[in-house]
Order: sequence, then structure tokens, then C-alpha cells
Amino acid sequence: MKFKTFFWFVAPSVFMMLLFIAAPLVSVFIQSFQITQPVMQQIEVETCTPGFLTQTCTTEIKTVPVIDGETGRTQTTTAWVGLQSYKNVLQMDKFWAAIGSGNWGDILQIDFWKALRFTLMYTLVTLPLVVGVGLMIALAVNNAAKVLRGPVIFVSLLPFIITPVIGALSIYWLFVGDGILTAMLERWLDRDIAMFAQAWTIELLIYFYRVWHVAPFAFVIFYAGLQTVNMDTLESAIIDGANRFERLRYVIVPHLMPLIIFIALIHLMDCYRAFDEIIGFRSEAYVTSLQWLTFDFLTPDDAGNRAISRAAASAMLTMIGIVFLLILPLRRTWRDHKGGAH
Amino acid sequence: MASKATAQPLSLKIASGAFLAFWCVLAAFPIAWIAVMSVKSPRDAFAASAWDVITGPVTRDSGNGLSFIDIALGLTFLFFAVRWAFTRLPRMVEQFSPPGFIVLGWLVGSAVYGILFVLIFFGVLPSVFGALNSIAGPLGTPILGLTTEHYVAVWAENQFYRNFMNSMIVTAGVVTISLTVGTLAGYGLARSGSNLAFWLLILALVFRALPHSVLVAGYLPWFINSAEILRPIFGDLSPTLYGQPWAVIAVLVSINQPFTIWMLRSFFQNIPSELDEAARVDGCSHFQAFRRVIMPVMWPGVITTGLFSFLLGYNDFLVTALLLDAQNQTMVPAIAGYFNRETTTTDQVEAVAAAVSITAPLFLLVMVFQRQIVSGLTAGAVKG
Repeated sequence: MKFKTFFWFVAPSVFMMLLFIAAPLVSVFIQSFQITQPVMQQIEVETCTPGFLTQTCTTEIKTVPVIDGETGRTQTTTAWVGLQSYKNVLQMDKFWAAIGSGNWGDILQIDFWKALRFTLMYTLVTLPLVVGVGLMIALAVNNAAKVLRGPVIFVSLLPFIITPVIGALSIYWLFVGDGILTAMLERWLDRDIAMFAQAWTIELLIYFYRVWHVAPFAFVIFYAGLQTVNMDTLESAIIDGANRFERLRYVIVPHLMPLIIFIALIHLMDCYRAFDEIIGFRSEAYVTSLQWLTFDFLTPDDAGNRAISRAAASAMLTMIGIVFLLILPLRRTWRDHKGGAH
Repeated sequence: MASKATAQPLSLKIASGAFLAFWCVLAAFPIAWIAVMSVKSPRDAFAASAWDVITGPVTRDSGNGLSFIDIALGLTFLFFAVRWAFTRLPRMVEQFSPPGFIVLGWLVGSAVYGILFVLIFFGVLPSVFGALNSIAGPLGTPILGLTTEHYVAVWAENQFYRNFMNSMIVTAGVVTISLTVGTLAGYGLARSGSNLAFWLLILALVFRALPHSVLVAGYLPWFINSAEILRPIFGDLSPTLYGQPWAVIAVLVSINQPFTIWMLRSFFQNIPSELDEAARVDGCSHFQAFRRVIMPVMWPGVITTGLFSFLLGYNDFLVTALLLDAQNQTMVPAIAGYFNRETTTTDQVEAVAAAVSITAPLFLLVMVFQRQIVSGLTAGAVKG
């Protein structure tokens, strides 16, 4: 295919990606070093209250935003502030103070570090669980009678396609207050339980939600991979006296390895941007993720202001994290590509 | 392949079966349970005993109950309605739709079917059953509490249909545009072995990894002020992009592009390139070859990719919550509005009903397209 034809085929797609993905990235990068504020002025205001004989008048100096005469909006200025927004997000002074005083736990009181801790742990803890559970379901379905497979796959797909917020909510409603499962646990353990009153129970539920939501995806992929396992290799393994576990360990898992890497890559990407579950479980006060932090900065506060520059800084920090997480798998892909080329 | 060596001991079979049964319960339970909760009165929905939630004594006592006759006849009607939808309906659609407009025929057919179903099931049947119950004696006394009041409240009083319409607009836009743009790019990438194509794909992979909040942080200031920024170009017609569904569609299409082109590329690679080469020999240009030879055979891959675009557009919370204002809100962010005023238990059950309403179309989608989802996922992944 000539370059010109190729260009016209991919142009619309590349144009959209550049306009709506690459350009915003540059814009965010620039904004993270800037800060836009309303121009303030100090004016003297005299307020009078009716009093006996004469009015009681007080003059005070108030700081108010300058209103543009033409458009009726507040005037704003944009200034370069360097790393100020990053400092505001990272709160390094508190960070070093916590380290200096030896109270490492205090670091996790700071919004950003709290979110970072959760996001990383969430990504890394659920990864092996998703792969493991997905593989187990795939093996079990592969083992089941042919008639059952269709309905089982249908049921298994439900947690995967359901809207993430709704999926999280549906689990939330089982446990909230004296929800049906909390009531069951209370009866079983014979004590009062409030699932949403402390961070660690919420966190466990979020972990559970993620595995519940993503394991079907891993299952479908692994199930397809299992259909192509080489039966001859499997039989020779049997003849060589390999038991069931050894066959799984030395024949099936290596066969599925590319798929496991694929799942891991997708999972790293998706899990790192954990967001919907924070909304669904309403865990903002206890457990937050990096993406939620940016969302929070972008949501207008009571005065209608959005902390755009802090959001940009937190977004850039989030990006750095994903680069670190993906650098290993991507290097591997790169080496494979080069190895394949030679 | 059931040779003696691979035969499994009974214990393993039982363990594997039990695990599978456990997983199915686990997978379906939360979804099934909110569906049950949504048709009960608040006191039943949040009752501590599971049996009370299922039977709904309070709902029943307040006059919203189903008798044995209702349940039996209702289920029979449902069974035949569903069977009719899968046997007679396709035939009728094929018979009545003009050639070449089969997709349109399906859209009209399913819409008519849906309206008829709602009219009969919720309009005609209750009155018929009411008359039957009054003469049936013990079989006609209500045994199961069930009420649709929360759905009525959500859809009619809270105007959820507006959010539904917005969701449909956004989703339809995302699916059509991302497929149009993505198919072209996917085909180009599959047929070009150049290094540029490889780097584009890697770039797309990197874009796929970006958290959406990073992008939205980039859009927001521009979108809010777009009227002023675009004024020099478009004059007074320049729109404020913030709150516009089509701006959100463009954003979601772009976010979805990396995945779409990866997936479609692997589909196009499976179509033998001899096919378009033959067309080229016969004198077609690349675009003509694409239109006349590739387009007729690409639909399975396009449908699968379209399903995933649908899921992305339909399920999105972050982008739509930040870039749309309250008037144009889609369903998923709208449900967050319920949390904020979730003060009474009635509000909570209404939120549950809204959640079930959002899930129902997805449920239908899996039912109809299960095979495509599975084959699409596997084709995309296994072929890599």
C-alpha cells in the first residue's frame, strides 16, 4: 500500500487521537505550571446600620474580584508558578515532617499519598487474583458438560459488561447499613458490624468488586486459549508420568503465557485508573484513588471554582505512575518485536 | 478426547462443578438481588431477612401483591413472548424489511415489539388478572409482594427518560463515528507493513493506558471558554463545547480509538489480502476495493468492536459527569444525583430501580450478542 493511500485511511483516526488525546496532554502539561486566578482588588466599603440618633457606620477594606465591564465576568490572570501546583498536591513539607518525626503513618493522611498507596496496592493485589480466578473458572468451564457451557458463559459475562458504577453499587447495597449480607455476617459472628465505617473493610470490598468485575474477562480469554492447547504435548506429558498439577504447571500455563501477559497489561492499565468504584462505594472519605483525586479537583466547589492547575499537576503525577507501571511490559514487547525482526 | 489417561477422578469433577456453581451464584447474585429489591417497598427491600426481601410481606399487605394465578399466567406469557421474539420476529423482520435495510428493519421491529410488550404486559394483563383473581378464591389471594411504583417514580416523575435519551444519543454517536473512523484506520494498518504503522499502533497502546481524568483535565478549560477562543474563526456562531453531547461524543470516540483500531486491525488481518489484491488487479483503487470487497465481509468484526464501543459510551461516568451539564446528563452520572439526596429509604429504592433500569439494556445486549462478545474477545487477544 502506498504511503498516500495509507495516510488517507488512517488520517481521520490519527487526527482525532492527536486533537483529543495528544493535544490535551500538552495542554495539561503546560497548565500544571500555570495558575489562573481571578484578579482581586481591595476596595473600601462603608456599611451603615440604623442606630439611635445617628447611623452606626463602619468602613472596612474588602477584597473582591474585578468584574469586566463588557462581559460581566470576573477578570482572570494567568501566571507561571513553576512547580507550585505540584507542591500543593504533593505537600512535601508535611511529607518530610512525617518522615522526620518518625511517624510514617502520617504520610498516609495526605490526600495524594493516601490515593497513591491505595491505587498501587489495589493494582498489584488484584492482579494475581484476577489471573488466578480467571484461570480457575476457565479450567472449570472447560471441564463442564457442553450443554452447561453456554449458560455459564452468559452468567459469567454479566459482571464484566455491567456498568462499573452500577456493579460497585450493587455490591454496596448488599452490605450498606443492615444490608442482607451484613445482617447475615452479624448473625454468624454475633456482633455488630458496620462495613462502611472504617477504611479496611471498604478496601476489601473494593478489591472483591474488582476481581468480580474483571475475572470474567480473564476467563473468556483463557477459555479461548485452552481450546488450542496441544493435545499431543499433553498426552506425552501424561506418558512421562506428569500428574495433573504438573501438567497444568508445565504444559497449560506456558501455553497460556502470552495471554496472561496480555491480561496483566490490560489489568495494569485499567486498574490504575480506578475511579468508578470510589463513586459506587461512596468511599471518598476513607479510600480514594489517584484518578478520583483529579476528578475531585475538577469538580466545581461551592463557589463554583475548579482547581484546574492542581488537577493538571495531579494528572501529570498520575501519568508518571502509569509510565513506571508499563515500562517493564512495554520493554518486553519492544524486545520481542526486535527479536522477531531479526 | 476422553481417553482413560485423561479421565478425571470423581472428586475432581465434583470440586470443579461445585466451584463453577459457586462462581455463577457469585457472579449473578448482586445483580439479581438489586433486581429483586427494586420491586419491593422500601421496608421490604432493606429488610434484614432474605426471605422477607424475596416475598415482600409489607409490599403485599399494602395491596401490591401477585397471586398464584398472576405468577403462573405471567410466566407463561413471558415464556411465549420471549420464544416468539427469537423465532417468529426474525422471520417477520426479514420478510417485511426492504432489501438492504435489514438493520433499519431490526431497529423498527424491536422497537415495535418492545412497545407492544410493555402495553400488553403492564397495560392489559393486570386488569385481566384482576378479574381472574376475584373469582378464583384461594388461588387468587396475593402471596408475593411486587410493586412497580419505584420504576414509575424514576421514569415518569424524575424524568429519567431524558437521561435515557441523552445516553442513547451519546452511545449511538460514539458507536457510529468510532466504527466509521476505526474501520478505515484498522484496514489501513492491517494492510500496511510499514514501520510507521507499527509505531502508530504502539502510540495507540500508550494512549490506551492514559487515565481519562488526565485528558478531561486538559479539555475542561478549553471547553468552558471555547466560545471566546473560537470567536475569531467562527464569529458569533462559535459554540460553548461544555455541556454539548456532540463534544462528549468526539471525546469518547477519541478515547476509544486506540482500542478500536487494535481490534479491527486484527480482524482485517484475518481477511486474506488476496481478496483485495484480486479486486485491485481488476482495476479497483484501494478505496473501491475496500468498499466493494472488504465491506461485505467485515461485519462480524465490526459488530464485535461496535459492542465494545457501546459499552464504553454507555458505561462512562468520568467524562460525561465532568463535561455535560445537568440538562444533558446521561444515565450513569444521573444516578449519582440519587446518592446526594438519598435521605429516605424510598430514595434509596428509587436509586436501585434506576440502577436496574440502566442494567436492563446491557442484559439484553449480552443475551443477543453473547457469541460475538466471546469470539471478539478471543480473536482480538489470541491473534494479538
